[in-house]
Amino acid sequence: MSLTNDQLQAVAHLARIAVEPESTEALRTDLNAILDQARLLDDPRLNDLEPMAHPLDQTQRLRPDEVTETDQRDTLMEGAPAQENGLFLVPKVIE
Amino acid sequence: MSTNDSPQGGDAALINASIAQLKDWLAAGELSANDLAAAFERRIETIDPELNSLISRVEANAPASTDGPLAGIPYAHKDIFCAKGTRTTCGSRMLGDWVAPYDSTVHERLSQSGAVLLGKANMDEFAMGSSNENSHFGAVANPWDTAAVPGGSSGGSAAAVAARLVPFATGTDTGGSIRQPAAFCGVTGIKPTYGRVSRYGMIAYASSFDQGGVIAKSAADCALVLGEMAGFDPKDSTSSDEAVPDYVAGLDGSIEGLRVGIPKQWFSDALDPAVGDAVTAAIDELRAAGARMVEIDLPDADIALAAYYLLAPAEASSNLSRFDGVRFGYRCEDPKDLQDLYERTRSEGFGSEVKRRILVGTYALSAGYYDAFYRRAQKARRLVTEHFQRAFDQCDLIAGPVTPTPAFDRGAHSDDPAKMYLEDIFTIPVNLAGLPGMSVPAGFVNGRPVGLQLIGRHFDEGRLLNVAHQYQQRVDWHERMPSIAGDSANDNREG
Repeated sequence: MSLTNDQLQAVAHLARIAVEPESTEALRTDLNAILDQARLLDDPRLNDLEPMAHPLDQTQRLRPDEVTETDQRDTLMEGAPAQENGLFLVPKVIE
Repeated sequence: MSTNDSPQGGDAALINASIAQLKDWLAAGELSANDLAAAFERRIETIDPELNSLISRVEANAPASTDGPLAGIPYAHKDIFCAKGTRTTCGSRMLGDWVAPYDSTVHERLSQSGAVLLGKANMDEFAMGSSNENSHFGAVANPWDTAAVPGGSSGGSAAAVAARLVPFATGTDTGGSIRQPAAFCGVTGIKPTYGRVSRYGMIAYASSFDQGGVIAKSAADCALVLGEMAGFDPKDSTSSDEAVPDYVAGLDGSIEGLRVGIPKQWFSDALDPAVGDAVTAAIDELRAAGARMVEIDLPDADIALAAYYLLAPAEASSNLSRFDGVRFGYRCEDPKDLQDLYERTRSEGFGSEVKRRILVGTYALSAGYYDAFYRRAQKARRLVTEHFQRAFDQCDLIAGPVTPTPAFDRGAHSDDPAKMYLEDIFTIPVNLAGLPGMSVPAGFVNGRPVGLQLIGRHFDEGRLLNVAHQYQQRVDWHERMPSIAGDSANDNREG
């Protein structure tokens, strides 16, 4: 199964990663070499196996529904690239 | 303090001492925590410019505890662990200036035990890589041979311990990222069972594989540190509440009669014969110590590799979606709209390997391909895990190579990702099954170290450490130290 340029652009858009046209071909070659290995997964021994999501087959643990975190808004906002009055700034979305 | 005032022979004695020895000197008042930190800081200053093993230095604070099990012992964190107030980059431009606003559980526990953080270690960006060449902060040199890679992704941690810049360092292992660099740098590393060490505050790559662990000079040092890091954490819902045994107390047990499984498929044409010889010699030592060898079957390492390189990217594509240029981290200049902000931020902020994996993962999870790739790979994970379960019916632990070759030259695989992935062929199956694994120094090939891999049943870290320690009582590979340009501190060097 190999990826076309159009498919690559579609996947890049899904992942929100800009791919410059001049790097498309090299990237496509790399990705196809990686995806090529997936042919090994056509092995018929896999057909009847249960998919495994957790290495110890455990399900998600639940915890009591209690508030444990204190308000750290100011500290957490310090890492934001652009902010004002405790709000994240982004380019205008609605004209 | 002049360097000659340190216990028994100056900085050379300090940097080569075991953690237990350092603790004794500290407890007896023959050494102060300040002087100990200063000795390692001097060394970092002299030697690290050549190696680039640390991304950030951290000013040594007085230990948070003066009687904790690691009181006064310096260390470095892989720069994937959040430590409040320190820059935490994960080797990425995306987090190049990001200062962690909270502590990872691993950091909190090590602090409480009195360990003293000296720096944040270099790594492949977001822990994706096997050579440490994917760091935004530059490649790391292997202290044994600066033309060689140190391995990855915990390459900075392994190089720093090998060069004796710190007594131990934290690492993480998603597909081999503790064991492979430990092997390449001639140091001892343990990747615990999935869930043994909390992932809280450890920046996520592939959450169903990621596991924190330790890199140190010896199994005894690893045992001491792992005992402090391990254990249930309510902040990580996948952490295990299995009791943590006293790993140090277990080191001295006899390995008489232990059944060691040797996977016959791992000693094939894919393995460099010289590496095979070193590993076989190590296995002979285990036999001489009373262990019994059993040939076992561990087929389908190629299927494991194929499955991992779909599953881990799939999880990464989801985990790394949080880097959007809005809430924290890097943002591109002058975005023209929100779409442009997302796409350019992520294109400029991530390096090429990270982007490759996000794209592969996004594809494997996308509509129409999910069953063919992601679900199929999860079935392969089951297949590989069942192979291990059958093997452990016949043996108590598994021994084999960590990597097919010793450390390769810098630049050797950097333009062929699929070839680079083959480096992980003996480590990845262990991560698929969530088992604990170790790398133990087992000799040299052309001056570059070789590692012996030990793999245990779930939560059998104690046995791995015991076997590794018994092996290290019989050999001195782990005590050898690289000769590094500009290093005058040691007289115990190996060419």
